[in-house]
Amino acid sequence: MDSQNPSLDTLRDIKRIMERSSRFISLSGLSGLSAGICALVGAYIAHSWINGEMARSNGTYQPIHEMKWRLILLALAVLVAALGVSFYFTWNKAKKNNLPIWDHTSKKLLINLLIPLAAGGFFVIGLLAQNEWRFVAPSCLVFYGLALVNASKFTLTDIRYLGLMEIVLGLINLYYPEYSLYFWAVGFGILHIVYGLIMWWKYDKVKTDS
Amino acid sequence: MKNPIGNLNKIFDSRIRMGVMSVLLVNDEVNFNDLKQLLELTDGNLASHLTNLEENGYIKVHKGFIGRKTNTTYSITKSGEKAFAEHIEALENMIKNVK
Repeated sequence: MDSQNPSLDTLRDIKRIMERSSRFISLSGLSGLSAGICALVGAYIAHSWINGEMARSNGTYQPIHEMKWRLILLALAVLVAALGVSFYFTWNKAKKNNLPIWDHTSKKLLINLLIPLAAGGFFVIGLLAQNEWRFVAPSCLVFYGLALVNASKFTLTDIRYLGLMEIVLGLINLYYPEYSLYFWAVGFGILHIVYGLIMWWKYDKVKTDS
Repeated sequence: MKNPIGNLNKIFDSRIRMGVMSVLLVNDEVNFNDLKQLLELTDGNLASHLTNLEENGYIKVHKGFIGRKTNTTYSITKSGEKAFAEHIEALENMIKNVK
C-alpha cells in the first residue's frame, strides 16, 4: 500500500492515530469465541445436574432452590474461566501488534464496562438475597448488554450490536423464566461464539494473511 | 489558480506535531507519558514539539500532581481545532485534485 500520494498517507496516519489513541483495538475475536465455549460448557454441566436431580425425583423435584448455591458456584467458575481465556487472547493480540495492553484506552474501556456490570452484579446479589432466582438470568443478560453498549465507544464498535442483542434476549427471557438456562446459553454462549467468529474474520484473519 | 498547498499549515508538516494534534482532537486530556507511548517518542523529542504547539496557541498545558509526582496533561484549544481541521481539509482537497 505504498501510495504515490503523500497527502493520502498523511490522512491515513491521522486516522490511524486517532483510532489508536481513543479506542482499545486489541480486543480479539478469539476472546469472544473462547468465552462463548466456556459458557456453553457451563450451561451443559448445569443442564445435566438439573436433569439428574429431576430424574432421581421423578419430576417432582424443584431443582433450582436446593441447587442454587451449586449453580452459583458453577456460574462464578464459568465467569472466571471465560475472563481468563478472553484476557489471554486479547493480551496475545496486543503483544503481536506491539500495542500496550494497559494504556489509557484499555483503562477507559474497563471503567465503562465495569460500571453497568458492577451495578448488575449487585442487582443479582439483591435478587438472590430476596430469594428471587427467576430473574437472575434475564438480569445478567440485560446488564451485560448495557455494559457492552456503554463500552463500545472505547473499543471496536461492533460490540455495540452484541450488547443490543443481549439486552433484547434478556428482556424476552423475563417472560419465559422457566427457559432461563437456554436463554443464558444462547446469550453468553452462542452469541459470543458467533460474534467472536465474525470479529476474527473481520479483523484478525486479514492481518495474519497480509 | 490558487496555490494548491497554500492552505497546508506548516506547523503540522512535522509528523510528530501532526500526531499530537490527532491524539488531542479525539481525547479530552492526555498526559505526557500517554502521548509519548502512543507516538513512540523520547522525552526530549516530544517536549520540544509540544512547546512549539503551545507557543502557537494550538494546545493548552495543565500542570497537576498525582501524589507527589507531576502529571502534565495537554488538551487542544479552539484555534488548534480550527487550524487542524483546515489542514485536513487542505490535504483532502489535494487528493481530490490529483484524482
